[in-house]
Amino acid sequence: MIRHSKTPFYLATLLLIAAGLLLAVLRHQQMGVPWLPGAQQPVWLVEARIDFQAWGEPVSVDLNIPDQPPGFHTLTEQAASPGYGFAITEHQGDRRAEWTIRDAAGPQTLYFKTRLIPDSAERDTLLEPGVIKPAEIFLEEPDATAARALLLQAEARSSGPASMTRELIGLLNSATPDQNTRLLLSDAALAPTLYRLLNFAGIPARIADGLQLEDARRQQTLQPWLQVHDGERWLTFNPRTGIQGVPADVLLWRETDGSLLDVTGGTDSIVRFSMLRQTVPALQIVRAEANKRAFGSLSLYQLPVEQQGMFRMLLLLPFGALVVCLMRILVGIKTSGTFMPVLIAVAFVQTSLLPGLAAFMGVVTLGLLMRGYLSSLNLLLVSRISALIILVLFITAGISIIGYQMGFSTGMTVTFFPMVILAWTIERMSILWEEEGAHEVLIQGAGSLIVAILAYLVMRAPLAEHISFNFPELHLVVLGIILLLGQYTGYKLTELRRFAPMKRYQ
Amino acid sequence: MFDWIRPRDLKRKGMLSMNKRNVDYIARYNDRSAFPLVDNKLKTKQVVEEHEVASPLLLQVVSEQHEIGHFRERVADLDGFAIKPAKGSGGKGILVITGRKGDDFVKPSGSRVSLADIERHLSNILAGLYSLGGSPDVAVIEALVRCDPRLSRYSHEGVPDIRIVVFKGYPVMAMLRLATHASDGKANLHQGAVGVGLNLANGRALNAVQFDRPIEQHPDNGLNLADIQIDNWHYLLNMASRCYEATGLGYMGVDLVVDATRGPLLLELNARPGLAIQVANGQGLLPRLHAVEALKRPHLTPEERVHWAMTEAGADNIPQPRRSIPALEPVFQI
Repeated sequence: MIRHSKTPFYLATLLLIAAGLLLAVLRHQQMGVPWLPGAQQPVWLVEARIDFQAWGEPVSVDLNIPDQPPGFHTLTEQAASPGYGFAITEHQGDRRAEWTIRDAAGPQTLYFKTRLIPDSAERDTLLEPGVIKPAEIFLEEPDATAARALLLQAEARSSGPASMTRELIGLLNSATPDQNTRLLLSDAALAPTLYRLLNFAGIPARIADGLQLEDARRQQTLQPWLQVHDGERWLTFNPRTGIQGVPADVLLWRETDGSLLDVTGGTDSIVRFSMLRQTVPALQIVRAEANKRAFGSLSLYQLPVEQQGMFRMLLLLPFGALVVCLMRILVGIKTSGTFMPVLIAVAFVQTSLLPGLAAFMGVVTLGLLMRGYLSSLNLLLVSRISALIILVLFITAGISIIGYQMGFSTGMTVTFFPMVILAWTIERMSILWEEEGAHEVLIQGAGSLIVAILAYLVMRAPLAEHISFNFPELHLVVLGIILLLGQYTGYKLTELRRFAPMKRYQ
Repeated sequence: MFDWIRPRDLKRKGMLSMNKRNVDYIARYNDRSAFPLVDNKLKTKQVVEEHEVASPLLLQVVSEQHEIGHFRERVADLDGFAIKPAKGSGGKGILVITGRKGDDFVKPSGSRVSLADIERHLSNILAGLYSLGGSPDVAVIEALVRCDPRLSRYSHEGVPDIRIVVFKGYPVMAMLRLATHASDGKANLHQGAVGVGLNLANGRALNAVQFDRPIEQHPDNGLNLADIQIDNWHYLLNMASRCYEATGLGYMGVDLVVDATRGPLLLELNARPGLAIQVANGQGLLPRLHAVEALKRPHLTPEERVHWAMTEAGADNIPQPRRSIPALEPVFQI
């Protein structure tokens, strides 16, 4: 009799729905779980191949490898190198792959493979400890004079390290180089010249190695990219064009001052790259990544595979319940037993629709016939239901065996139906038949089947399966909708027909 | 087949929908703790008796399987009785015996049932086949109600009963339910019984329906349904209203019968009364429910509430109720 205000209820429900949606969006953004099933994501497979001649003594090879390259996310790393010991070391931001062997002679080949996902999310470059100082550069005359002249020229037209760099690149790449430029470029390539000039001017600069990613390319080499520190972070420039920033198809393999490749105990070392663009299901990546990201511990991928399979099924139940709610509250279909249709629908998911439907109708019809006999035996209810359960078991076994003998393997799927539910359904139908007649049995039976089929179709939809398992928080939304439906006080669809005679009394 | 009514029209008529009934009336006005009172016919009998509401004579209660054996001896000298599951709903599991033929018992429809059938029926009741949720139940055996002939002639093979919807103690709508051949002697509207809407002001028939379709004559005996008038109407409404004090249920259906010798009797109470009464009356419940909800100061005695309800329905020259004690006067308990 107490009349509560409904506002807190609606507020809580809306919060529930909002929380569900928000969590799902976060999960999508943080973990990259795709909204749609079957979404593909490109992955670059980059392979570094190191060749060298070993001298027949202990060999140690170490290669700089990418550490969170901008625009990419490392998925897997692996080394293929028979007989070599392998380790990945990290020292002051310098990640290196190290191969070692006690004794090697003749031509040697080592592979390092990494799989990278393009990752558009802006990553904060780690602030390196300490103040970045420019490298000390000594230029001899007349280079020093030429450099000073060039720097003065560039400085006059710039306002900071970034614009200064752009100006310098522009001057060095000029179509009509003046003699200062020609002098500076005469004994060094473009990138090292820029490196020297910038550091000479007191701007910390370094050379990074970039790899142009193109599908199915082999024997590629790294290209120098210029990085300039503007006092806060390293800015990357293309030394050939002066454009700032790393293009999406360029992987910065090396971003540190350290060398790319060090080989001890060998000679003629060379490193070359080949790459391949693959597409893999986005979900597979998410699963592989699950434990690395913040949201991972909140997902179902952590469970053993067996439990995952179980949850995949269980998590579909809310959708079935939602269908039942809609059908009963908004449409007003009569069913036999409130949630019997959902359980039948779950069985249909296992058996697929038509064989399931045939098996279900078969079992119920046979069961009703046998129940007719049981009814004349004058049994107590409990033992009658128990007997019915055993009979249903026999019918199920019979259908399976006959189906198998006739070559329908689908006959066996009948075992997915919940026996006890079937027995109760038969009992209820039978009572309904005796009390209200065959008509009512047909109405309720058909109603249950219609709801079961609808629930099946919803639960069967790839989207539902995908969403329910990968975004468990969306069940909060389903819960919210069901709670709201519980407050619906309008007319049911069937009532519009039931009360149609009221038209007469207008 | 494709006969529909627009929701707007239903709303204008003030038709109460199933969802609204459940959320806004049953859930709001019916305290859960009071449900067992009406869901168990034995308890109903006891509780209404204290409020001077008579019900059919209780002959026997069968509560254990082994007592079914004694049933045979007890009914030996009875001609008519009714077996009801105490926790049954919607008339399910009620077996009415009107007479005997040899060793067999005769149902109102004339068909026979053997003692073994009755014993099986009792055992089903005890096992909870007809009770809500299938919980174990007891069978109540009551004296047969012999209906007042003035009313029973309108009914085919069954006892007509009067359903009154009582909201917060105010009778808000009433109908007479007449069994038909189609309903197998049961006064159950969805099984084909005829529903006759009754004017709250005087107990006269307003309108009649079978299977939700308007009719004018009884389908079996052809009697004109518009002629029906219930005697003692004021008393019947009072009886229904008193059930509110007995149970505390804000929204309930009161089922009454008129016995030829004992007068009006309470058959059962229903905490979830159906909506068909609106079609039988050709009117929606909502305007009347709203009128009761809008009362600033509810009436305290059944007489006053019935007086108000009948006046609202347009009655005049009805007996003025006694004034109740003002509510503000403090009540001391010793």
